[in-house]
Amino acid sequence: MTAIETVVDRSVTEALETMMLIRTFEEKSAALRAANLSPNMCTSVGQEASAAGVIKNLREDDLILTNHRSAGHLLARGAEPGRIFAEIMGKSTGYCKGKSGSLHISVKELGVVLTSTIVGGELSLAPGVGLSLSMSKSDAIAVVFFGDGAATEGIFHESLNLAAVWNLPVLYVCENNQWQAYVHRKETMLADHVSEFARAYGVPSKTVDGNDVEVVLDAARNAVDYVRTMRKPYLLETYTYRVRGHMEPDDQAYVDKEELASWKRRDPISLIQSRLQRDGELTQDEIDVMWQRVQQRVEDAAQFALDSPYPGFDEMTTDVYA
Amino acid sequence: MEWCAPPARLWGMGGAPEARTTPSRENEMSEKSYRDAIRDAMMEEMDRDANVLIMGEDIGVYEGTFRITAGMLKKYGPKRVLDTPIAEAGMVGTAVGMAMLGLRPIVEMMTMNFAIVAADQILNHAAKVRYFSGGQVDVPMVVRGPQGAGVQLSAQHSQSFESFYAHFPGIHVVAPATPADAKGLLKTAIRGNDPVIFLESAALYGMKGEVPDDPNFTVPFGQSRVAREGKDVTIVSFSRMLQLSLAVAAKLASDEGIECEVIDLRTLRPLDMDPVYASVTKTHRAVVVQEQWKPFGVAAEIAANITETVFDELDAPVARVTGEDVPMPYARNLELLATPHEPEIERAVRKVLYKT
Ligand SMILES: Cc1ncc(C[n+]2csc(CCOP(=O)(O)OP(=O)(O)O)c2C)c(N)n1
Ligand SMILES: [Mg+2]
Repeated sequence: MTAIETVVDRSVTEALETMMLIRTFEEKSAALRAANLSPNMCTSVGQEASAAGVIKNLREDDLILTNHRSAGHLLARGAEPGRIFAEIMGKSTGYCKGKSGSLHISVKELGVVLTSTIVGGELSLAPGVGLSLSMSKSDAIAVVFFGDGAATEGIFHESLNLAAVWNLPVLYVCENNQWQAYVHRKETMLADHVSEFARAYGVPSKTVDGNDVEVVLDAARNAVDYVRTMRKPYLLETYTYRVRGHMEPDDQAYVDKEELASWKRRDPISLIQSRLQRDGELTQDEIDVMWQRVQQRVEDAAQFALDSPYPGFDEMTTDVYA
Repeated sequence: MEWCAPPARLWGMGGAPEARTTPSRENEMSEKSYRDAIRDAMMEEMDRDANVLIMGEDIGVYEGTFRITAGMLKKYGPKRVLDTPIAEAGMVGTAVGMAMLGLRPIVEMMTMNFAIVAADQILNHAAKVRYFSGGQVDVPMVVRGPQGAGVQLSAQHSQSFESFYAHFPGIHVVAPATPADAKGLLKTAIRGNDPVIFLESAALYGMKGEVPDDPNFTVPFGQSRVAREGKDVTIVSFSRMLQLSLAVAAKLASDEGIECEVIDLRTLRPLDMDPVYASVTKTHRAVVVQEQWKPFGVAAEIAANITETVFDELDAPVARVTGEDVPMPYARNLELLATPHEPEIERAVRKVLYKT
């Protein structure tokens, strides 16, 4: 094994643990919602490889914009699960003091510029973030995560074209999870791949298997390198599936059972776990230890959030103006 | 007005639509929810006029995030119940184009917060086409959907838009407080020849009330309603806050003998102030209640009209009960604090009575 391959291998294992953390967090979040201990939120179960694979390739000074399905991105970026739970519960220890909920989390110290819950909102701001970076001396880049549904909003096209004509260092990551709230993607766009739109704007793009974290890691590394060195936008589409409902709770009565089952068979975590086991990179025991570690972390995090206080009433009027 | 392509043919419906009338069931009433009343209004109008159709996100196959459009796709098919992509500007622009060609589109917004993505289509196009075409072209369309503070939906999803839209000439703005008004006003909106912003209260969807069965029942725009008679204080409101105002009026009457007259504005544009003036002339005191932020709001408009017209009748300054002047906080305790509730209305009534 060469030194480079060793580094890559470790990053796959790290990405796996990030995926385990996201999965455990999201399922706990849904369980807390089901127990009426936490309000509604959108989970990214089934899409963990996209968040983990892309964000593993970023530097600390790179910036992220995301959307309503953001917990995976935040966790992959190193956010404290307890502070995300607390934010979702509207507690004062949340990243935004309980003012945002899952809907609008920004974490300045982690370079998370914005979570927008207006579909396409994050896309509208991305060129500005990219332009600011390109005006600075840094070679940091901006990464904007958006859904396939956001690509049907006009602002997606404006954003992409602006980034293209102004040569902005923005990595567009479309998490094509086949669902747009309660409507299947096939009902709303004829193109199977959102990456096809990019070509028309002169932006290079690629669609990859979003459930295979090694593929995502690899594609994202190339995409990030391109944006960082060329100072131009790139669109990476991670083709994946939203395994839970749009927003918790959701009985998914509208979902095609066979389609769901076939994607569940391609579960991104099982996929990489068995590959790493097969290749002798990880033993079952090591995998068990990883699961135990994230489960403990998530349990502690949930408890921290549950024990945290609500914001004081004086917080209502703070932060409106600078 | 004739365009090159008759819209009916464009949509494969064949022939010009015939207005059908059903035998009158003038005096019959049924108990209906606000939600069902809205659906009934749309379905009755779709039965009556083949030019009426509805479009929006998740309204067809999924039957609506709030179940307003349940059964509609099945009944009318995909040519009249159109599932759209997540493209608010696109769908409202499409509706304006359709309306200019003589169709009568209803656009359902998943929530009215998303309609501001289409603000240009509503305010710069729908609201102005008739005027700047010199009256050649009407824009008979309705943009409707829920609004208002919910349960922890945070700042982008909890807003109210009455004063935002009512500022603009060329559109009507409707905000019903009861199932009967929801039905009657929506039917007027669909039958009318102007664009209408129809603001539903998400919190009222489950509310039940008596609704006339008569398919010809409509509620005209621009007729405020005395929802409760009283002699001591006039409370002016609309939509969900009207229900809170009525609750306060009932409590104050039974507990303390304070008789509030409660007026439901129903439509903000056109705005019917006459019942308000008549009431203030009787009570000499007024409180206006709205969920939105105080600055530049409906309450400010009502208060200004009162002072302009019946200033001499006032025994106290007009009081306003409004939401807190902050983006809606998420935390439940702050959210409750930021939205007006019965105690604030009660306090305002006492204030204008100098009973603090
Ligand atoms: C402008 C706007 N329109 C509609 C909505 C309601 N809504 C929230 S998420 C969503 C679906 C978004 O689908 P997609 O972009 O594919 O993201 P996903 O939920 O699949 O991650 C919709 C319609 C919204 N929040 N904003
Ligand atoms: Mg999607």
